[in-house]
Amino acid sequence: MKLMIFAGVLCALTGCTSLDTVQPWDKDLLAKKSMQPVPDYFENFYDEHIYFSKEASSGGQSVGGGGCGCN
Amino acid sequence: MQLNNIKKELGVATCALLQIPSASVIASDSEWDIDTAFLYYAESDGRVSAFEPAIHAGKDLANDQRIDLRLVVDVLTGATPNGAHASSVAQTFTTPSGGSAYTAQPGETPLDDSFKDTRVAAGADWTLPFNRLSRIKLGLNGSTEYDYTSLGVSATYLQDFNNRNTTLTAGLAFNNDTISPVGGVPLALSPMRQPGETNRVGADDTKTVTDMILGITQVINRKTLMQLNYSMGMQDGYLTDPYKIVTVINPVTGLPDNTALLSVNADALPYVYEKRPDSRQTNSLFFKTTHHLTRDVVYFSYRYFWDDWGITSNTFDLKYRYEIGRGYLQPHVRYYLQDAADFYRHNLVQGVDVDASGNVLLDTVSSDYRLAKLTTTTLGLKYGYALGDNSELSIRGEIMNQSIDDGDVPSGEETPDLDAIILNVGYSLRW
Repeated sequence: MKLMIFAGVLCALTGCTSLDTVQPWDKDLLAKKSMQPVPDYFENFYDEHIYFSKEASSGGQSVGGGGCGCN
Repeated sequence: MQLNNIKKELGVATCALLQIPSASVIASDSEWDIDTAFLYYAESDGRVSAFEPAIHAGKDLANDQRIDLRLVVDVLTGATPNGAHASSVAQTFTTPSGGSAYTAQPGETPLDDSFKDTRVAAGADWTLPFNRLSRIKLGLNGSTEYDYTSLGVSATYLQDFNNRNTTLTAGLAFNNDTISPVGGVPLALSPMRQPGETNRVGADDTKTVTDMILGITQVINRKTLMQLNYSMGMQDGYLTDPYKIVTVINPVTGLPDNTALLSVNADALPYVYEKRPDSRQTNSLFFKTTHHLTRDVVYFSYRYFWDDWGITSNTFDLKYRYEIGRGYLQPHVRYYLQDAADFYRHNLVQGVDVDASGNVLLDTVSSDYRLAKLTTTTLGLKYGYALGDNSELSIRGEIMNQSIDDGDVPSGEETPDLDAIILNVGYSLRW
């Protein structure tokens, strides 16, 4: 059910009808390192760590980051 | 030969949807993807500084499996706010160990300068396929520092659909953390006492953290990728910060006043140890899009977060990767707005929140500014340069400002802004 809701929200955000079915041979740009969800491993890691320590909100991108005292 | 090249290109392209860095796809089975980085984080006014070297190594194994290993060392020094607010009079506090005292001068935000720690964190992920379109990533995490130990496991399942243009993600993580505060675990809502005496209830306490994520990643077209995640977290156990206190003030003078607390301890200072709820349920919706322009790439993400502590927040993050020859410049702006937790208080008022016997009449209270209404603004610039086909060097500098909204508090007691710099050098290679 939740997945359907997410899919619905995604549709609302993007307009499902305009989604292209991109064929593998057209994925040259999507395959670039700069187009990956996390293009720089530690840039993302450090930011998550800093803001986890300094703000009351965290997470959202993935699970399994590990804990810290962070006073 | 030609056929091999095509096969390799196809592998690169399709693996974009597997969320595996393309460099690792291009790499043959015998190569490692290495990322090394160093972070220097420094807050103004002699507050926290962190030096954080890190290394990550990932390798594709036989049968489409992959292993990723990570090691991070975090060296922290400096002073950190103890929760009490600035006052027009000098304030004296006892260090967490209970062994000595420190003083904040009139108008100064009280900072505990005994803060010093080294943290070592290690993690390992093992990705293994179920079939051509699905795989699972299993993770182990552990970290240890002087007063905190964390152990965690995680599992994330990924399923591709629609010619690999859609990926569904479902993940679960569990952490078991132990906190062993310097001096022991304080008795919540009891007075901070003069050096030599402490109100403690034990040497350590624990908490568990369970996180769940459901997400969808969608290729919109040849140049655009979008991601939407819903995350839910459950925290149970000792969620209080053992080093944070709350000021008790006189209702008439507005100054720190220990009169009522003296009924509890004859050497009580006008501060009590904070207490947070022993459970927390968090939620977030995270949206991210990556769009390739003619040469450049733009990244935008937004997160809406809410929990049962009354905290809601909005986070906006925008990066623009501007390609220059073999390198790129990447400006970054991040903006974060947060509402206060329900139990956040600037102070406790004697006769209102604390009775004549020194009992705190609230179930939970904290003056930790990180639970206050605040905004964080970050501006940054990164430069990356390809040293060769297999290696890249990058340097990033950012400035961060946190502005805390205390609400209607007396002049001079406001929580000051926090300014910090972030410097990050990274070097990646395929080896």
